[in-house]
Amino acid sequence: MIESTFTLQRSDFRLEVDEAFPGRGVTALFGPSGCGKTTWLRVIAGLERIRDAVIRFDGNSWQDGRTFLPVHRRPIGYVFQDAALFPHMNVEAYLRYGWRRNGRRDDGIPWEEVIGLLELEPLLHRRPASLSGGEAQRVAIGRALLSAPRLLLMDEPLSALDAAARKHILSLLERLKCELSIPVIYVSHSRDEVARLTDHLVLMGRGHVRASGPLAELWTRLDIAAEHGGAASSVVEARVAGHDEAWNLTLLDFPGGRFMVAREALPTGADVRLRIMARDVSITLERQTGTSILNIFPATVTGLAPTGPAQMLVRLDVGGVPLLSGVTRRSAHALGLKPGRKVHAQVKAVALL
Amino acid sequence: MISSADISALKVTLLLAGTTTIILLLAGIPLAWWLARTRCRLRLMLEAVIALPLVLPPTVLGFYLLLMLGPDGPLGRFSEMLGFGSLAFTFTGLVIGSCIYSLPFAVQPMRDAFAAMGDRPLEAAATLRAGPLDRFLTVTLPLATPGILTATVLTFAHTLGEFGVVLMIGGNIPGRTQVLSIAIYDHVEALEYANAHILSAGLLIFSFLLLLFTYGLGHRMRMIRP
Repeated sequence: MIESTFTLQRSDFRLEVDEAFPGRGVTALFGPSGCGKTTWLRVIAGLERIRDAVIRFDGNSWQDGRTFLPVHRRPIGYVFQDAALFPHMNVEAYLRYGWRRNGRRDDGIPWEEVIGLLELEPLLHRRPASLSGGEAQRVAIGRALLSAPRLLLMDEPLSALDAAARKHILSLLERLKCELSIPVIYVSHSRDEVARLTDHLVLMGRGHVRASGPLAELWTRLDIAAEHGGAASSVVEARVAGHDEAWNLTLLDFPGGRFMVAREALPTGADVRLRIMARDVSITLERQTGTSILNIFPATVTGLAPTGPAQMLVRLDVGGVPLLSGVTRRSAHALGLKPGRKVHAQVKAVALL
Repeated sequence: MISSADISALKVTLLLAGTTTIILLLAGIPLAWWLARTRCRLRLMLEAVIALPLVLPPTVLGFYLLLMLGPDGPLGRFSEMLGFGSLAFTFTGLVIGSCIYSLPFAVQPMRDAFAAMGDRPLEAAATLRAGPLDRFLTVTLPLATPGILTATVLTFAHTLGEFGVVLMIGGNIPGRTQVLSIAIYDHVEALEYANAHILSAGLLIFSFLLLLFTYGLGHRMRMIRP
């Protein structure tokens, strides 16, 4: 459990926070630039010292009244937006800097594992000035992990990178998430990153928290999803149930049923995260037969919201899992869609994240 | 050709420049660090005072130092109270004068180096569990090395070439307070141009080489760390 309570007043900007995040998985602080999410992260790290702030981690006070644990005493790893490498050390010396000081080497992540996960071996003897943006950021993530953190704080680690490097590091971060059990607080303004990495979402407006909760729940809340317009989507957790060898399909089970998607090289039992665009979900009153669509699920309408002059967003409940569908107002009217209505959701496309 | 008086002037000069450089580095690093970091108003005042020797005629500085260090001045009286006698016309007095006179040459390059590195490397070091002293030794000092080196060389070279202040407070006591610049002046006064040449050319070439070395080193360091 990570608790933060504070108020920051800086000329015309006011940041008010009173939140508790789960102490595991990835929590995203998500919001437009200038909303105070980086400042919040810095307060948690102790890089920003605010009077009367209360910061607690797993029951330990990092800041409370007169208690202020200095940054170097907090068991954190911090990844800055720019990599913040030391120009006077080569990569290996830099990685060892935190490694030597972590004081609990034995229960930290082994050196070889970090080097392997982040593909750092070929970079060890390079100088920071010779690294590309993506390489430098990999080193920065590595040094944060090697300092044996119990909490990893990441401040938009991908925002300064080009698209290719971003994609690469995002997939590395997903691997980290699977293989390590360190809780992460991840600051971002990118919907893609949040949809892929996050478990718990904290949605920020300018200087305050608008909403916070499990990602799948919050991501599909109509008032929030409506702001995404045509990009509104749902995130569904599923598990690989097996493969259909005859048709080359992969079967993915989730509480509302079973998805069939083009075969992916995934082991049975693996957890996957699916992203389903609202515009790829259509609604029928009766279960369609004679259709090419494979993924059809019984569902219940839980809410509707207009997203444009002609469009609506419909929130469905599919076996307890929220799913968004984009339809026209005309169709919504014709089908008589209203909360409680039993329908069928037809999913045309599913993206594995 | 070169007299024993010249040799001892050379010794006094090197000793003075060395002592001044060491003292100014030890005092200048914390001072420069504070100036680069603080948001205190007092900073502007202090910066102006430190920069004064750059614009004041050395004789003005020397004059006031003479009053301060002499038997009736506060520092002189203090030193006499401790049993060291007056500070004017002593090597100690010279060191005090040189330190004040060369202060901007020591402080300004280091202050700029500390300011240029920004907060980020130190913040990163703190998140890697490095405490304040650890950060200073392993991050701040190495990153400021070019600035510290520049400060060292400039202070040393500037003290070598000092004249006005020394003349005012050191007098011209051979073997004790007579430095090269004054020895040169004496030779010229006495029309001993050959001796003046040797000392002047020596000082010229030495200072040139020292600066060349510094700039060369600075250039190489920038090549490694942009």
